[in-house]
Amino acid sequence: MHKFRGKKMLLVGALALAGGLVSLQAAAADGGDPADNVSGKLLLTGGVSQIEGSAGGGLTPWALIGSYGTQGQFGANAFYTRVNVQDYHLDDAGAMFGIDNRVEFSVAQQRFDTEDVGAALGLGRGFSFRQNVIGVKVRLFGDAVLDQDSWMPQVSVGAQYKSNNQGAILHAIGAKSDHGTDYYISTTKLFLSQSLLLDATVRFTKANQIGILGFGGDKHNSYQAEFEGSIAYLLSRNWAIGAEYRQKPNNLGIAKEDDWYDAFVAWAPTKHVSLTLAYANLGNIVIKDNQHGLYASVQVGF
Amino acid sequence: MYKYKMLSCALLLAAGLIAGTTVSAQTTMQPAGSSASGDTYPTAPRDPALKPVFEQFGSKPGLVALMNDFMDNLMADPVTRPFFQNADREHIKAELVDQFCVILDGPCTYTGKDMASVHRGMNVDRADFNALVEDLQKAMNKHDIPFRAQNKLLAKLAPMNRQIITKP
Ligand code: HEM
Repeated sequence: MHKFRGKKMLLVGALALAGGLVSLQAAAADGGDPADNVSGKLLLTGGVSQIEGSAGGGLTPWALIGSYGTQGQFGANAFYTRVNVQDYHLDDAGAMFGIDNRVEFSVAQQRFDTEDVGAALGLGRGFSFRQNVIGVKVRLFGDAVLDQDSWMPQVSVGAQYKSNNQGAILHAIGAKSDHGTDYYISTTKLFLSQSLLLDATVRFTKANQIGILGFGGDKHNSYQAEFEGSIAYLLSRNWAIGAEYRQKPNNLGIAKEDDWYDAFVAWAPTKHVSLTLAYANLGNIVIKDNQHGLYASVQVGF
Repeated sequence: MYKYKMLSCALLLAAGLIAGTTVSAQTTMQPAGSSASGDTYPTAPRDPALKPVFEQFGSKPGLVALMNDFMDNLMADPVTRPFFQNADREHIKAELVDQFCVILDGPCTYTGKDMASVHRGMNVDRADFNALVEDLQKAMNKHDIPFRAQNKLLAKLAPMNRQIITKP
């Protein structure tokens, strides 16, 4: 049953990806409309909302300040993301605003639904963990988009404070806390001549499965540096494809945790809307191995 | 173990890409006898590597046609219109043709003013600059200039923001 569903999800993912790539031919010819110019950044240069609500790829924050506001401007956007793997799903919604191309604030709420696994573990079918995330990011220096005559990337630092609503369960599985703060430094560079965007991020974290399973554990209870990276290829003003990697700690004795990967296609028909579709591989999650499936995200903003 | 393999792969990939780009930037950014420094920077230097891009732009006639639509877009755009409505637009178009033609290694000479002095006192900010770039992107799309070719030109224009943006 699980195997079958997994295959089906994979197929849907592949079809959606293919569909996205095909309709690209049509969209590449678009002219855009002058009314797009209400806010000052270039299309797709604000990234999308990553899973914890910061501007970035799907999994990892970028050094870019979210929203299309630029210097002397203010911009905001909201997102909804759904991740569907064989045995679980995640609903994720939030908002961010960027000020003066310098500071970004974000909030997000994640609801992780254990579906049948909840019943198997005696928690009840559909048992879910809810986590709130508050994020802040500050651009230190560099301009990923405009500094095309040097290799100097844009560099930002950020923090994500997370708090999980299932303290008792988290302690029972060996986590040391139900809240924690991740700190990260991101370097992002658009290589315009190559139409390529690269990001490398180092995150200092204690979070188990990004905090859904709490913070710290019986195996480790100290901050560890984890690498995250994204590569995106711009196909047109409106379309980008890419891949991401997110290294994760392994703090809990009861369940090993794997690094995450995804391959995505992002579409921004205008500055006010973007859609991201990804095939994500999340590895082992508690008692279920090889979790993979579709990641879909919509973002609206001004 | 596996984890560290992945990590080093990713780092290698990133390092390789960055190294590749800087090397090509260094070899192509050596201007032939131009003073590419500070305020007197006249325009971006000629880049022989961009000759094929010049052809993708339709050579000089292509640039002339492009600039007509570019200027139309600038005048239709409420952000950029105030800057251009009282300017000698035919003159600006002609200078832009020469400027882009030189950057793309075409058979032209740029005789216009340097970027810093021509834009001084205009109070151009980042939003204005980005708006102009978008108006150019739209014109290039209309002329079916391939996206990658567009980006090669934009990569040469983007750093000029340091001479052009004067409003913090
Ligand atoms: C990379 C971006 C830009 C390039 C390559 C560029 C290039 C040029 C060139 C070649 C000229 C003619 C110089 C001459 O007359 O000798 C010019 C003039 C002018 N530019 Fe720009 N420009 C850029 C950005 C901007 C921006 C963002 C604005 C304002 C929104 C702007 C407003 C003007 C105006 C109003 C003139 C006419 C000045 C006059 O007639 O005195 N430019 N530009």
